[in-house]
Formats: sequence, structure tokens, C-alpha cells
Amino acid sequence: MATIQLTINGNQRSVDVDPEMPLLWVIRDELKLVGTKYGCGIGACGACTVHIDGIAMRSCSLPVGEVKNSAVTTIEGLSENGDHPVQLAWLEHDVPQCGYCQAGQIMTAASLLSNSPDPDDAEISASMNGNICRCGTYTRIHAAVKTAAQKLS
Amino acid sequence: MATNQTNRRSFLKLTATTGGGLMLGFSYLTSCRNEQTAKANPELVMPEEWVSVNAFLKIGDNGVVTIMSPNPEIGQNVKTAMPMIVAEELDVDWNNVVVEQAPLDTENFERQIAGGSQSIRHGWEPLRKTGATARHLLLAAAAQQWEVEMADLRTENGVVYHDGSDRSLGYGELASVAATLPLPDEVTLKDPKDFRIIGNAKKNVDAKKIVTGQPLYGLDIQREGMKYASILHPPVFGQSLKSVDDAEAKALPGVHSVVVIDAAPEGVQLQWSDVNAFPKLVAVVGDNPWTVMQARKALKVEWEESSPAESTADRRLALERQLDEGKAEVARRDGDPEGAFAAADRIVERTFYAPFLPHNTMEPMNFFAHVTDEGAELIGPIQTPEFLRKSVSALLDMPEDKISIDMTRMGGGFGRRLYGNFGVEATLISKAAGVPIKLVYTREDDMTQGTYRPEYLVRYRAALDSDGNLTAFHVRGTGAGGSPIFPNRYPAGTVDNYLAENLSNESNISTGAWRAPQSNFIAGAEQAFLDEVAEAAGKDPIAFRLELFDRAINDPVGEDNDYDAERYANVLSEVRDKAGWSDGDQRGVAAYYCHNSYVAQVLEAELVNGQPRVNEVHCVVDCGIVVNPEGANNQIEGGIIDGIGHALYGAVTFENGRPQQQNFDSYRLIRHNEAPKAIHTHFVENGIAPTGLGEPSLPPVIGALANAIYRITGERVSEQPFAAPRELKG
Repeated sequence: MATIQLTINGNQRSVDVDPEMPLLWVIRDELKLVGTKYGCGIGACGACTVHIDGIAMRSCSLPVGEVKNSAVTTIEGLSENGDHPVQLAWLEHDVPQCGYCQAGQIMTAASLLSNSPDPDDAEISASMNGNICRCGTYTRIHAAVKTAAQKLS
Repeated sequence: MATNQTNRRSFLKLTATTGGGLMLGFSYLTSCRNEQTAKANPELVMPEEWVSVNAFLKIGDNGVVTIMSPNPEIGQNVKTAMPMIVAEELDVDWNNVVVEQAPLDTENFERQIAGGSQSIRHGWEPLRKTGATARHLLLAAAAQQWEVEMADLRTENGVVYHDGSDRSLGYGELASVAATLPLPDEVTLKDPKDFRIIGNAKKNVDAKKIVTGQPLYGLDIQREGMKYASILHPPVFGQSLKSVDDAEAKALPGVHSVVVIDAAPEGVQLQWSDVNAFPKLVAVVGDNPWTVMQARKALKVEWEESSPAESTADRRLALERQLDEGKAEVARRDGDPEGAFAAADRIVERTFYAPFLPHNTMEPMNFFAHVTDEGAELIGPIQTPEFLRKSVSALLDMPEDKISIDMTRMGGGFGRRLYGNFGVEATLISKAAGVPIKLVYTREDDMTQGTYRPEYLVRYRAALDSDGNLTAFHVRGTGAGGSPIFPNRYPAGTVDNYLAENLSNESNISTGAWRAPQSNFIAGAEQAFLDEVAEAAGKDPIAFRLELFDRAINDPVGEDNDYDAERYANVLSEVRDKAGWSDGDQRGVAAYYCHNSYVAQVLEAELVNGQPRVNEVHCVVDCGIVVNPEGANNQIEGGIIDGIGHALYGAVTFENGRPQQQNFDSYRLIRHNEAPKAIHTHFVENGIAPTGLGEPSLPPVIGALANAIYRITGERVSEQPFAAPRELKG
């Protein structure tokens, strides 16, 4: 066990955990931010996607000890009022079915657009390919990413 | 209110807590507030006081209405659609509606199940009556107050009007009186042409919470003092727990206890849905999910064989042998199929195979349970809460009224959460450990514990005369736990000589309902086979199918045909027109009927690096009245992508009883770049009461895909998954 200082959604938080514990479980069960989801535990489905210094990363495979000097953003911190252009585009396209994977999808899309504000179809597909949606909302996700890009431009 | 009025239909019962009095505003309603609605209407203010009109409805003093959604929400969006139906007949402004998930409450709600695409179909009339009854009571309250005839009153958007005297009162002002009035014997329902909410696209009521990461799912439930539990089940089908040495695991920091549970003890009657392949389990209980998942690795467990282990290769041979030689149950026989085959000019034959499939809901199985001597509190994702409560009652020897079940939004269902073994397990772990716990499956637990879509093998034969007419049709199928055949579905009824034969294969690999059970395989096989028969007959695949429907419409064979041939033919004709189908078309077509709905599709695919990739799908659906076009389109699109994905990539295989795919690194689900670029859905407008929507678009798309692959490669694919492992050539 170790005391680890984290910057989560702009706030300094201190947790007393095993440094090997994946960031996912620290976020969910120590910090009670449950929007970030567990899907596979091996970084293969994208449900646990958060931003580490603005880059989309899989929190399920990231030991918390390795992120202590980084800024972590979760879905709860993506925008103050749920009005990030990606979130608004998700609402406009009524993307979710079960909704479980969507926080991860949104975090991946937001990271993509912050680095590439006007991606083409191939770039969107390549970026979103790591996020599984078992309900099959991919066509809506694709359309929503394009709408969000328009909102940002 | 008089208690003798509560023995009516349960949908119309008044809640015991109302008593005609006012209920104080619940603070939790603020948190349950429909944020999407609030966004659309920023003026929406929560009322000071609520009146509970019946189990479905609370009306606030300011006219805001809370409508309970009775059925489990698995992503099929009934939490939006079911309250829409109530709101329509109640005649309120949808922007003034707040939706809440009802708990399991068999006194007040019927059929709180998510299964068989039946929530809207079964709920349609009761939900309409519920809304209409409440509206009637509000009208009666106004009539009483104004001393006028009810017939002279009308409602609009949550207000009662008496045009004769130019008076009006909002529902919020009438609710407390309305709740004291006797229930009407009959109510008048709206003429569908007057619908203002039904048929108009409404956004998912939970969408805002979903996109902002608010707690909604079973996995998100946290309670003071709650521990987490992780289970260890045998790694092999056909094994059971022999012994466990938990000394090392118990000694780890953060571990509370290690318990052994038996979820199916002798002499206890569980519900059919709650028995799993691995009832005897070891569970580690501790401070957080990661701790218990890690501590599990320190358990020293011995397993013992309870039945012989099976492997996919051996099973395949056994299925083929059974199909070749097994004694079948004749499920349907028309005419003289043997004679017709003997007299045939040409016989077409093909065998189709599909593997076991795990459900792979993105939210793994989990459940919260807190068991004490006084009662049991259960919270989690479950499609069949009523069955789960019965099982828990039997296991704990505790009356059902001491067991509460709250249903969380589910991160996918697809049939998996019809089987509540994880709820049973959570209950027993909480009892054994003496603490409130949440059981969380790892992805590996989830993918390797069975309840799979059964492995299937089916053989079709068709006899053609020299003019290319279908003279006989024979289908013979088997599968783990039962045959996939629906003997009375198309093309039964369209051909004079018909034979359907069922076989069943016993396996210790456990199976269960998986989105569109049986149909999820047989539709694709049948529609691919009919395509081949049409080609052999020298006919266009759509024209050939329509020819058969003509026979079923004009002179059907037999009396038990399980479809309406005219509606069936209509979706096929419409998709031909919508897709601009032409002679020699290079796309795949399919049509299927299941869950009381008709779906036809035309699918265009190409080869990318030797593997099929779907570009575009046209889809025509006849599911009667569409309650919420937004959600309906989403369901159809999802079913199509889900069907394409599993047909191309899905399979769990076995070596000596051990599942070879355990996580998403080895099990392939369809990904973003593999989904169709465009899906065009058209709903038939016919005013018929609504039918299933969550499942029917999945089964036929597998046939449409197989037929499209044939068009672009010349190869008839009949083995799922279609994409593995070799390259196809165009």
C-alpha cells in the first residue's frame, strides 16, 4: 500500500492503495467516479477509456502508481455541464442503446477531435476501432463524431 | 378510496400508500429527473407535492408527471417507449414527464420481464388503459368541481378544459381529488390517428446520464459497508469443485473471507432460469474488485470430473453423425415428401453450421445482495426479477415479501440476464460472509460460464421439377439442447410436400436464450438455402420467394402456418422497391418473421483483404405501430450490426471442455470499421398493434450476408463464422 496523489478532473485527490491497482478500480471504488466502466480488464474493449494528459488511455491496464504525475480526466470531468461537443452530438444522434460502452466511446472521440479536429471517415474508424459496442451503435457513433467535429470547427 | 376497488386488473390498482392523500415530494426525484427533458425544457421545475394516482403515475402539483417504466431496461429502450404509451393516453406534454424505473412489484405490475421482444406488445393495451384511466379520473375530478358533465370536458397537454364556460384546470390541481375517485369500469382509448406522442421520435430518457457517466448500472451500485466478491468456477465443462485451500488467499490484505457456496442444493426448487452449469463455487470477499480478483489467484483448488469433457472437433463429428443417422422427431409432415424427392428433376442440398456463442454483454454479470435474518435486499441487472426472487426465496427459506429487487439499467442483455444465477450467487455469498456484497464477474468468468447460444447443425433439401417449381422441402436439424427448427414457419405452407425433423444433442456445455433464440441461426440458414434453390430454379431470389408466398396467400398448405403471408410478402416487395433491386442484382436478400414482426433486407458487401465487408443495408420492417421511431431505428440498426458481426466473427470453441476464447483478445466482436456505412430502415405503416422490435432484424441479416458473399465470390458460405480463417476471392 502507498499513498498516491492524483489529479482527477482538475482536483487533487489522495488515495491509499496498492500502486499496482489499475487506475480503473481506483477511479471507481476509491474515488467513487463510476462513469468509467470495466469491460475486459486487458485493454481490449475500450469501456474504461480515460484521458491521461489529454490522450485516450485504457485505465483497466494502467497501474495507478504510473499515473501519479499526470492529469486524469474521466467522463465526469469531460465538461462541467455535460455539454462537450461530443456529448451534445451523442444526444443529437440518440446514440446509446444499453449505453454501457458509451463513456469510453465518448472519451476516445473527444481525444481524437482534440488532436485532429476534422478527421475523415478512415481516421474516425481507425480511432474508434478499439472501442467495442455490443449493441451495434457504430453507425450512430460515426455520425455523431462527424457532427461533433462540425460543432468544434 | 374503497378497498374493494383494488381487485381489478393489477395495472389499474391504486397503491396502498395513496389513500387519497397527498404524498410529499420525494427528494430523490430530483436525482431521478429526466435530464434530457429538463434540457429540452429548462423551465421544468420539480413540484412541491406529488399525488400518487396509481402504481404507474405520480402527478405533481405543478403538472409535472412521473411515469414508472415497469419492465427491465437492457438497451431496448422500453424505458422511453413504455412511458410514452402511458403519456399518450393520459394526454400530457412529454416535456413535462419524468421517467423512473419501477422496482419488482408483482402486486402492481404484470410481466416485468425483458425477453422475447414482448414488452411493448404485451404492455400496449394495459399501458394505454393505465393512462386513459388516470385521464378519466382527472376529468371526473374536474366535472365534480365544476358540477358539469364529463362529456362536456376535454383534455390537452395536461389541462382539462370546459369550453362551455371557458374554464380550465391543470392535472396538478386536480390530482389530489382524482386519486380519491372510484375507478371507471371502462375507458375510451384514443383513435391512433389522434396520437401525438406515439409515432414521434423521442430521445432516450437516460441519454444525458449515460453521456455524462452518472451511476445507472448494477456495476455502479455502491453501499456503505459493501464488500466485493469474485467467484471461481471450474475451468472445464464437466468438472465440479472437489476441494479448496484458502489459507493463502485469506491472509492477503483487503480480503474479508473466502466462502464456498452451492447455488443448487438438493431439495431446493430453483426457477428454471437460475440453474447454471457450475452451481458450486468458491468466492473471495474483500474490499474492492481488484483485490478479490487478485486474491482468487492465491486459492488452491482441486476440481473433479463430473461428466466427460467435450471438444469442438468431436462434437462436430457427433452432430454430423446424428444428422446422418439419428432417429428424429417428425415436427411436421405435409403430403408425400419422400415420393416427391424420388420424382424430382433436381435436388438441392446443403448443410449449415453455427458455433456456440457467449452473450458478451459489455457490462459483465454482477449483483448486489444484502442478506440478513430479517430480509434480503437485491439490486442489479436482471431480465427476470420475478423468477430470481422465487429462487432466492426457496434458497433462503424466506417469504418473498421479505425480498426486494431493484432493477438497474443493464449494460446489455441479449438473453443472458434472463438467467439469474449471478443474483442467486450474490445472495448466497452475502449470507455466508455475513456482509452486504457485490458480486462482479471478470470478463473471463462471464465468457466461460456457459449459457451460450447453442451450437447448431441443420440440413436442407429441396426438390425441383423440370419447370423449376419447388415440389418438396425437407429440413432436419440438431443442436446442443434442442433443434433450431420452427416447423411451421415459412416455407412451410408454401409447398405440398414438406418434412421438418428435430433432433437434439446432449451436452454438458450449458446453453440458453441468445438474442432471437433459434431464429438467430435458422433464419440465416433457411434464407441462404432458398437463395440457392432459387438459383437452381433459374429464378430471381425475390421473385422466387414471392411465388412461394403467393401459394401461401391463395392456397396455403396445412393449417398451422405461423405467419401472415401477405405481411411477409409485403416487406419483401417493399424492400425490393426501396433498394432499387434489379435483375442479376449483386446484393444479398433475405426476409424473416419472428417475435411477431416481419423484416426484409437487401445487403451490399465487398471483399476487403479477402474478407467480406458490408457497406449498405436496406431494411423494411413490419412491426405494426412504431411507438418511438428514434429508438426503433436504433434497435433495427443494432440488430443488423450485431447479426453481421456474429455471423462473420463469433465463435467459442472447446478443447477438452475448456473454452478456448476467454476475453476480447481471442474472441472477436465486430468493430467500428467493420460495421455497415449506411443502414436505411423503413417501417410499414398499417396501424396494427405493435409487435417485437429488439430481435427481428438480427436473424435475416445473416442470410442476406451469406447471399451477398455468394454474389461477390461465387462461394456459398454455410459455416459460421463466415470470415474465418481463409481469404475469399472475388
